[in-house]
Amino acid sequence: MSDQRFPTQDALDSLRAQVRQASENESPLRIEGGNTKAFYGRPVAGETISTIEHRGITHYDPVELIVSVRAGTPLAELEAALASEGQMLAFEPPHYGPGATIGGTIATGLSGPRRPWSGAVRDFVLGVRLLNHQGQEHRFGGEVMKNVAGYDLSRLMVGAQGTLGLITEVSLKVLPKPGACHSLRLDISLTEALSQLAKWGQKPLPLSAATWHDGALHLRLEGGPSSVADTCRMIGGDSLDNAYWEDLREQQLPFFQQNDMPLWRLSLPANTAPLEIPGIDAESLIHDWAGCQRWLHADVNTGTLRSICAQAGGHATCFTPDKLPESAGPFTPLEPMVAKYHDRLKEQLDPQGIFNRGRLYAEF
Amino acid sequence: MNILYDERLDGRLPQRSKDEVVAELSRSIPDLNLLHREEDLRPFECDGLSAYRVLPMLVALPETLSQVEALLKQCNRLKVPVVTRGAGTGLSGGALPLEQGVLLVMSRFNRIVHIDPEARIARVQPGVRNLAISEAASLYGLYYAPDPSSQIACSIGGNVAENAGGVHCLKYGLTVHNVLAVDILTIEGEHMSIGSQALDSPGFDLLALMMGSEGMLGVITEITVKLLPKPETAKVLMASFDDVEKAGAAVGAIISAGIIPGGLEMMDNLAIRAAEDFIKAGYPVEAEAILLCELDGVEADVNDDITTVREVLESAGATDIRLAKDEAERARFWAGRKNAFPAVGRMSPDYYCMDGTIPRRELPRVLKGISDLSRHYGLRVANVFHAGDGNMHPLILFDANREGELETAEALGGKILELCVEAGGSITGEHGVGREKINQMCAQFNHLEIATFHAVKAAFDPQGLLNPGKNIPTLARCAEFGAMHVHDNQLPHPEIPRF
Ligand SMILES: Cc1cc2nc3c(=O)[nH]c(=O)nc-3n(C[C@H](O)[C@H](O)[C@H](O)COP(=O)(O)OP(=O)(O)OC[C@H]3O[C@@H](n4cnc5c(N)ncnc54)[C@H](O)[C@@H]3O)c2cc1C
Ligand SMILES: Cc1cc2nc3c(=O)[nH]c(=O)nc-3n(C[C@H](O)[C@H](O)[C@H](O)COP(=O)(O)OP(=O)(O)OC[C@H]3O[C@@H](n4cnc5c(N)ncnc54)[C@H](O)[C@@H]3O)c2cc1C
Repeated sequence: MSDQRFPTQDALDSLRAQVRQASENESPLRIEGGNTKAFYGRPVAGETISTIEHRGITHYDPVELIVSVRAGTPLAELEAALASEGQMLAFEPPHYGPGATIGGTIATGLSGPRRPWSGAVRDFVLGVRLLNHQGQEHRFGGEVMKNVAGYDLSRLMVGAQGTLGLITEVSLKVLPKPGACHSLRLDISLTEALSQLAKWGQKPLPLSAATWHDGALHLRLEGGPSSVADTCRMIGGDSLDNAYWEDLREQQLPFFQQNDMPLWRLSLPANTAPLEIPGIDAESLIHDWAGCQRWLHADVNTGTLRSICAQAGGHATCFTPDKLPESAGPFTPLEPMVAKYHDRLKEQLDPQGIFNRGRLYAEF
Repeated sequence: MNILYDERLDGRLPQRSKDEVVAELSRSIPDLNLLHREEDLRPFECDGLSAYRVLPMLVALPETLSQVEALLKQCNRLKVPVVTRGAGTGLSGGALPLEQGVLLVMSRFNRIVHIDPEARIARVQPGVRNLAISEAASLYGLYYAPDPSSQIACSIGGNVAENAGGVHCLKYGLTVHNVLAVDILTIEGEHMSIGSQALDSPGFDLLALMMGSEGMLGVITEITVKLLPKPETAKVLMASFDDVEKAGAAVGAIISAGIIPGGLEMMDNLAIRAAEDFIKAGYPVEAEAILLCELDGVEADVNDDITTVREVLESAGATDIRLAKDEAERARFWAGRKNAFPAVGRMSPDYYCMDGTIPRRELPRVLKGISDLSRHYGLRVANVFHAGDGNMHPLILFDANREGELETAEALGGKILELCVEAGGSITGEHGVGREKINQMCAQFNHLEIATFHAVKAAFDPQGLLNPGKNIPTLARCAEFGAMHVHDNQLPHPEIPRF
């Protein structure tokens, strides 16, 4: 696809050369896309390697529901190209700024409000091309919907934050935009909302986002025009501007701005009751993803918060690690056995520790 | 080239005397059910790929986790390879035993541990049959979406190990999209929980790595699956075509119209005739191809979509379009498709099921290529596909009792898979590599990529004791097979480690 609006540029040679050089010198690299998610994780010391010059859609076939795109391509550009064909990235990735790249989207693995109904970033990754620690190009997966040949290294890269290789290109499954979209606001209590969501979850309703905060349940209905209209009638409530969901995803709601305390993201099993966190009113949280993803500002003890989440079967991530004590770390520590296999994988795939060393955990 | 384990190409296996292993295991795990007499081992000598048979050294049928743990620890200590088996329905020889190895059969782990309808999850043991999960969940109006045609028999552990798919996967995803967590035992006999009931977990996505890992990275001992609400309604359209290519094009046209059907399946004339003969599904036996298109969801949307799909099919040149008039007819339409393999099996003493995936736009070209190859090798090929996913199942008909026909079928199958790779596809969409497609892996991946797969394997199983010889070929095998393709002008041969 050669569209004047979307410049393409192949910088693979220079990326490869930089990684090879780093490998020869055994010197660490810090992978950078649009710098919008630099906060997300531990600081990385190393020479910057930027994907930003390696950009452009290399193949887009709307009929096949497939797009392949170089890592440095701005997310906004990709979304615009898809929108011109009535399609979308169904996992609704957050941008956190105008420069966000698709490489960073894959590396950080963050998904938006539609996640519980449509799936996460990893569910839409069909293949990746990457440079290994010696700057050698690898291709895993590809441009077909189903592929079970070999281990699934494409999905392993999602959320690995560049610690296992430098993603240079990714192939994604895309979906048609739904025919109809309508949002609602219902003034009901948190407990009422959670129990209602558990009931609705067992029915085939065209829900695609559900968030309780600010004293009300916010819902998005997406699907065929008939079912969206029917469901709106059944649920009632007031109409809500669809722009709400983008503000939520991009952390532009007043909730995200008002506070100097650390911002936490809690990931919890479906149907988890409101958590009892010392000194925190459960109603002050944003309960997104029908309650599976909760946001709060809290100056609580990190260990206490993490053990409360663990007891509920989930985990807690700090989105403002600079506000935490050095020792705390943004991500929940791994179980010893799981940590052991992380170390072993890193040792196998990046033995010299070239890529984003310490970004996820100090150990690798 | 023979696909049975060949130490010269697949690596040397540790040699232990059977008597020693039986004695050690019986002593250290006295309550473990071990089979070691030849007549007891016979039923386990192959999986669904029955052309290849090997008697295992012995078969273990554990009933408790601590038995599995102890067994793995002993095997790790003694350096005895372990091949895990679920229900044995695999079609790529993933559970094919080794003469020098223990076959670990997980079929007695068949308990549904817990169903939580409000959280929409089920925790199950690996030996639970796929269909049994949906049956148990139907009490709550829920079901488990991935539905391999073997769902009545195959185990959920095997589904995870193969990342199994089915008719519903176009819309609802493969196993990887529907599993939240697994517990595994490593070859060292250590427990590890991967994933959780939350929608994500810290660290690497080891859960994705386990999906389709074919028993090479660990033994799966428990699985938490996602359950979905049963759609309010499901309706199926059957469209007939006088030309296979037109049917192929219609698939793209439906998706272009912005509709993702619950299932979109295609069968060619040979498959239609076989199925009709067997099931009496009401298929048009004179059609060159049929498409089955299921639309599911909320009643009102499904009705809207039926109208759209009808129009699309008409302009794509369908000669006849029928909407199943009731639930019974819908079930009959699907029964024909779901029984296509055994139906074709009745037309020929043996059949060999392939599992290539291609970009949908390549369908006409690949179909033509298959028909040319079929003529060239002198064997009939029936085609059934998960058309919406581009996942083809060409069924090669042959007679193993005729001198050389198995080899011809294998050669034809290999060529079909290479054709899929050439068209930008994959040698396997859902059945896995196992032992069957071990050589074609060399066509799909270069030596660097294969070395990376071995690196992943080494992270979990440094001694290479779990299901050795499956899924990932050695570089020596690829060199021998001669299909190693060369990237970046880097010649693979000089530095090939012979392991
Ligand atoms: C950990 C990590 C791994 C990545 N892995 C890949 C990959 O494998 N393949 C790929 O193509 N792209 C990768 N990226 C690049 C990716 O494009 C971006 O990281 C980012 O997440 C997405 O782009 P962005 O603009 O949204 O984020 P960005 O904000 O571009 O990402 C932030 C990166 O910049 C660094 N950084 C920026 N400013 C500072 C600063 N002042 N001090 C210290 N560090 C700073 C961060 O450490 C981090 O590596 C990775 C990024 C990160 C953060
Ligand atoms: C008629 C027929 C139709 C089929 N249709 C489909 C289809 O539509 N879609 C599809 O995807 N497949 C299909 N298959 C293939 C097969 O049913 C699937 O691959 C299934 O997932 C295998 O499950 P199983 O329990 O029989 O596994 P097995 O055959 O016993 O084993 C398969 C692999 O899984 C490993 N394994 C099994 N259990 C475990 C465990 N607990 N821990 C670790 N590894 C384990 C084995 O080592 C082996 O590598 C079909 C097969 C037949 C015979």
